[in-house]
Order: sequence, then structure tokens, then C-alpha cells
Amino acid sequence: MAQITTDICIIGAGPVGLFAVFEAGLLKMRCHLIDVLQQVGGQLSEIYPQKPIYDIPGFPVINAQQLVDGLMEQIEPFKPGFSLGERVTGLEKLDDGSYIVSTNEDTVVRSKVVVIAGGLGCFEPRKPPIDNLETYEGKGVTYMVKDPGLFRDKKVVIAGGGDSALDWTIYLSELAEQVTLVHRGDTFRGAPDSAEKVAHLAGQGKINLLLQSNVTAIQGNGRLQKVQVLDKNKLIQTVEADYLVPLFGLTPRLGPIADWGLQIDKSAISVNTLDYSTNIEGIYAIGDINTYPGKLKLILCGFHEAALMAQSAFKYVYPEQKLSFKYTTVYGVNTF
Amino acid sequence: MIRIRVEDRDGSIRVIEIPDTVDLNLMETLKIYEYKLRATCGGMALCADCHCQVIDGGNNLPEPQDAELITLENHPGASFNSRLACQIRVAEEIDGLSIRLMGETE
Repeated sequence: MAQITTDICIIGAGPVGLFAVFEAGLLKMRCHLIDVLQQVGGQLSEIYPQKPIYDIPGFPVINAQQLVDGLMEQIEPFKPGFSLGERVTGLEKLDDGSYIVSTNEDTVVRSKVVVIAGGLGCFEPRKPPIDNLETYEGKGVTYMVKDPGLFRDKKVVIAGGGDSALDWTIYLSELAEQVTLVHRGDTFRGAPDSAEKVAHLAGQGKINLLLQSNVTAIQGNGRLQKVQVLDKNKLIQTVEADYLVPLFGLTPRLGPIADWGLQIDKSAISVNTLDYSTNIEGIYAIGDINTYPGKLKLILCGFHEAALMAQSAFKYVYPEQKLSFKYTTVYGVNTF
Repeated sequence: MIRIRVEDRDGSIRVIEIPDTVDLNLMETLKIYEYKLRATCGGMALCADCHCQVIDGGNNLPEPQDAELITLENHPGASFNSRLACQIRVAEEIDGLSIRLMGETE
């Protein structure tokens, strides 16, 4: 269990969360970031790392991952802490006005200010439309392979056609008793090497490859036992399964933040444009997760919001001090 | 005018009339007409938030390109008539199109 004390706890390590570290750092405020994804960068790294972005001032064009890498370099002097691959589960306000943010990995961050920079929310696995799917979560249905050893000598059905579905099919074919890959397409358009390997394994009879098919139902008796697969000719077959691993990528959901008493408007947090504060004192929301009249979901708007947030947050971190605004062109970037 | 019949997730049906001078994709156009589309990726065929099913009138639609096909093939709710609205340009060719919205709301 990690216990961290900092000035600002930033929920979300996307571009706006990262830049908030810089703006806070200029005012001598330390930050700790939490993100459910294993890497920093949010949508940019998770959804479109190789896409060009054209509206970052000063960069006529910049690749999304390059922007994230640049932000990491820019905030490095301020030594932010990171808890990656962790989902924020709880928020508690203490008597002294500070906050405790906790995660599913038992990390506890105590801070004077909380900044929600969660983009469109917390990335969660995209679930296929199958009745009872959630009933069997943790009882055979899992959306990620954390411990491959779990699948040793088991019957595993993997659903999906992306790189991770191909990669895990190849990996688990050596470990599991039986691997079935169910894919709705007739080809794999992802990594050609992996697709070739999967076809080869299927040709050798080492895996079952069910193309142009979907998992449509699951059955079990407390634990998963069978998976029903429908093909394009409407033929149904039943596959015995100890595990079903649907791998259809991630999609953002607002998650537990929705239950914190924040004013929510259409899945976004309402803020005061004076400083991007929420209706709860000491909690700010910046970037795509906030809403206000005229809101534009642009990275550059999030950067602006981060700057104003930091100026306002200063009063919670240093209540005894007066803030004087300083230009980096005059004073440089003074690190801790 | 380009007319498109749109069935929303709640089953409500409306025919929207779009000026043929519009220079937008169907996802952007639907948002203008106040349909709730989250559009996480903003039109890069990556998120499938603008996933729709073509019910009728799809003969003149341009063939999906690789990026759209990859996303749809990896989307658990996609079917044989699925398209991504962000990859369809609003033009005369799609006049009479009938779609059902499937993707995420805001």
C-alpha cells in the first residue's frame, strides 16, 4: 500500500493533466498523477499515438505521442509522482480541508487540492453485448490477461480481432489446454506477422479459429462453462470454456467520479471559468472532462484551464502566501 | 437538400434535411442536428462512438477504408451493415440513406 503526500493530486495523466504539473510547478506546488492506463498520455497514447495534431500553438504539426513525450520532458524538472494502471475508487475530505484519493491498488494520496483531468473518463474494457456477461466477471469472464499462469491447462475462448487478441492467442496456445479465437471478420487487418502466426497455429490444429463469428451467449453454473458462438450462416456452436476473454479495446466511462457530489452536466463536470473550480472547494476539473458555456474540447483549451487552475489552487497549498504572477521569460523555470 | 432518415437509440425516427452545400462528415452533421454522439476520436475512425447501422439506401456509400474496417472488426457490437458515420461524407450520393445510431451518447 503506497501512501503519498503531495500538494495536488491530479486524476488523469493525459496532456492536460501533464501540463497541469508544469503550471503547478512554476508556483512551487508538487503533483502526483493517477491514471487507469499503464502509460501516460491518455487518449493520445491509447487511441491515436501516431496521428498528427495541427492545433498546438508553435507546432504546425506534431504527432500525438511526440506531444506526450514533449510534455513529459517539460514537467520532468518538477518531479511529479505517478500511479499508473490504477483506478481511482475513493475520495474523502479530511477535517483540515485536505483530501484523500484512493485507488483500487490501495494507493492513498493525501493532497490539499484535487484536479480532475480525466478526459472523457476512465478507460474501461469495451464489453460485447452478451446477456449475463457481468454475472460471470471474475468467474471465468475477464477483459485482460494479468496473470497468464491462470490459463494453464484451461479452455480459453478469446473474442476479438485486434493485436491484443492475436498476441494472447499466440501466447496462450503454448499454455492453455485449448484456445479458441472468435473473430467477426474473415481476415485480420492488424499486425500481419501475428495474423500469420495465428493462421499457422490454426492450420496445425493448435488453436480453434472461428472467423465471421460472434460470441452470443455464455452458460455456466456459478462459473463459466460454455460459450455459444454464432457464425455468419446463423449456425450456432457451443464451445467449452473455463475462460472467456473479450478483447475489444477500451472505452472511456465517467466512473466513480460521478458519485462524488460534483455538479455533472451531460457526463461532464460543471466548472466556474474564473479558475475551473468545481462546486466542491479544493476540487478543480480541467480538460475534456469539464463543461462550461462555450466549452471547446481542445488540448490547447485544457492547457489554458490548467494555468488558471494552478493560480487558484495556490491559495489552498500556500494559504499564508500572496501570489505574484511571474513570466517564465523573466524568471525561467525554477525547479524544486 | 440531402435527406437522411435517422433512427436514434430510443427508436425515435426523424428525417433530417441537410443543405447540399454542407462540407462535413455524417458524424459532424448529426451532432449539428443535436444527436448525441460522443465521438471520442473526433473523426479518425478509431473509437466507434459514431457506429451506425445502414438500414437502407447504402448502395451509393463509398466503400469503407482500412481504418474503418479495422475499428469495426474489433467492435463487439458491429454487424454486417455497420459503418462509422465519421467516415461518410455528406453529399448527394447519400440522399435517401436510412441509418440507426448505435454508438455512445455523450
